[in-house]
Amino acid sequence: MAEGRWSRRAERPGEYPAYLFEAYRSTSRRAPTRPLLEAPLTLSELSGPGPAMAGMVEPDADLTTNAGTGGEAIGERIIVTGRVLDADGRPQPGTLVEVWQANAAGRYHHERDLHGAPLDPNFLGLGWCLTDDDGRYRFLTIKPGAYPWPNDPNSWRPAHIHFSLFGPSFVTRLITQMYFPGDPLLPLDPIFNSIPDEGARARLVARYDHQVTQPMWALGFVWDIVLAGPRATPFEDAERRYA
Amino acid sequence: MPEPTPPQTVGPFFHPCLLRLARTVLAGPEAEGERIRLEGRVLDGDGAPVDDAMVELWQADSFGRFRHPLDDREGPRDAGFLGFGRTGTDAEGRFAFDTVKPGRVPWPGGGWQAPHVCLHVFARGLLDRLTTRCYFEDDPATAEDPLLRLVPEERRPTLIARRAAGPGAAYRFDIVLQGERETVFFDL
Repeated sequence: MAEGRWSRRAERPGEYPAYLFEAYRSTSRRAPTRPLLEAPLTLSELSGPGPAMAGMVEPDADLTTNAGTGGEAIGERIIVTGRVLDADGRPQPGTLVEVWQANAAGRYHHERDLHGAPLDPNFLGLGWCLTDDDGRYRFLTIKPGAYPWPNDPNSWRPAHIHFSLFGPSFVTRLITQMYFPGDPLLPLDPIFNSIPDEGARARLVARYDHQVTQPMWALGFVWDIVLAGPRATPFEDAERRYA
Repeated sequence: MPEPTPPQTVGPFFHPCLLRLARTVLAGPEAEGERIRLEGRVLDGDGAPVDDAMVELWQADSFGRFRHPLDDREGPRDAGFLGFGRTGTDAEGRFAFDTVKPGRVPWPGGGWQAPHVCLHVFARGLLDRLTTRCYFEDDPATAEDPLLRLVPEERRPTLIARRAAGPGAAYRFDIVLQGERETVFFDL
């Protein structure tokens, strides 16, 4: 890697989804067709909104009750937790994690979701939290349902939770989806399978953890998130350069 | 070393969650510097509006300072300016930010960059985020910007906002995802 140079996707062929992926039909007119350009990292990209935005939110991490109705969401109660790490494996404390998901019936609380499954008045399917000193996040929610979508005549999304993170810099920005182990829809899902590398796909699947499961209360799933970014050396160079 | 978690599309249903942190007015009454409006559309390969995209903006304040621990340089800054914007596109694919024109930011190894803002675009049908930059056509530094000069000349105009006619400092910057006028996106 040249000093200050870093290519998020080109350095890891096969580990990122192709932009143009025929099986996911919406990519056909939205995917750029020219190669992404390499560019040096400057203070504009090494800084980013994450640290400032983290101070602006109050945690709202219990999706089973945060509709504010006084009632509890229907579904299989689960705990989803894990650590947020940087490319060097260092925990990222104080990082904002935003999540959204369908309800237990596979329906989003969203005007554009036309699936005929019932809405749950006690479930909005959104939450956020900040990672603790060990870089750990934790949500209490219900297991989302699978749902059909207009891609192929019989397309179904595997159960998933959407995650959005800033991390420490502009280039660590990540929006992705967490899946559940053993889901029979995973091999059929064009969004999941847009990532060519099997090992990289596996990094999107949480593991069931009986230690996290709380007796008589909720099943536990663990999913660690590693933010892409330049390794420590260019960061430290940048710190010296701008000091 | 741990392996990075791959991205996935933001999908069509992000609005209630992510737009809780929508920020289209970056410059409050106290903000220092020249107030500008940056507006544009997100367009697909057919030139059709992308009505379910999310655009995020990151920029320096009018002194060229970032609200970030890495920017601990001496000198003036606008302490109240955060520099982050987030919005969803409307039915015509439009987005707009009311902000201030950013100051100049150092270039690695010496010299200065022209004023610019950094942008991320997310949408259903985009399996990964897209990263681009927006410069200002009427700024004399734009022609000399060291990053723009790394971009093939015929594609540089896709990274430059045009001053819009009429009163007020409004700039127009369309983001074209695909096709003849495809915006330059960076692998960052």
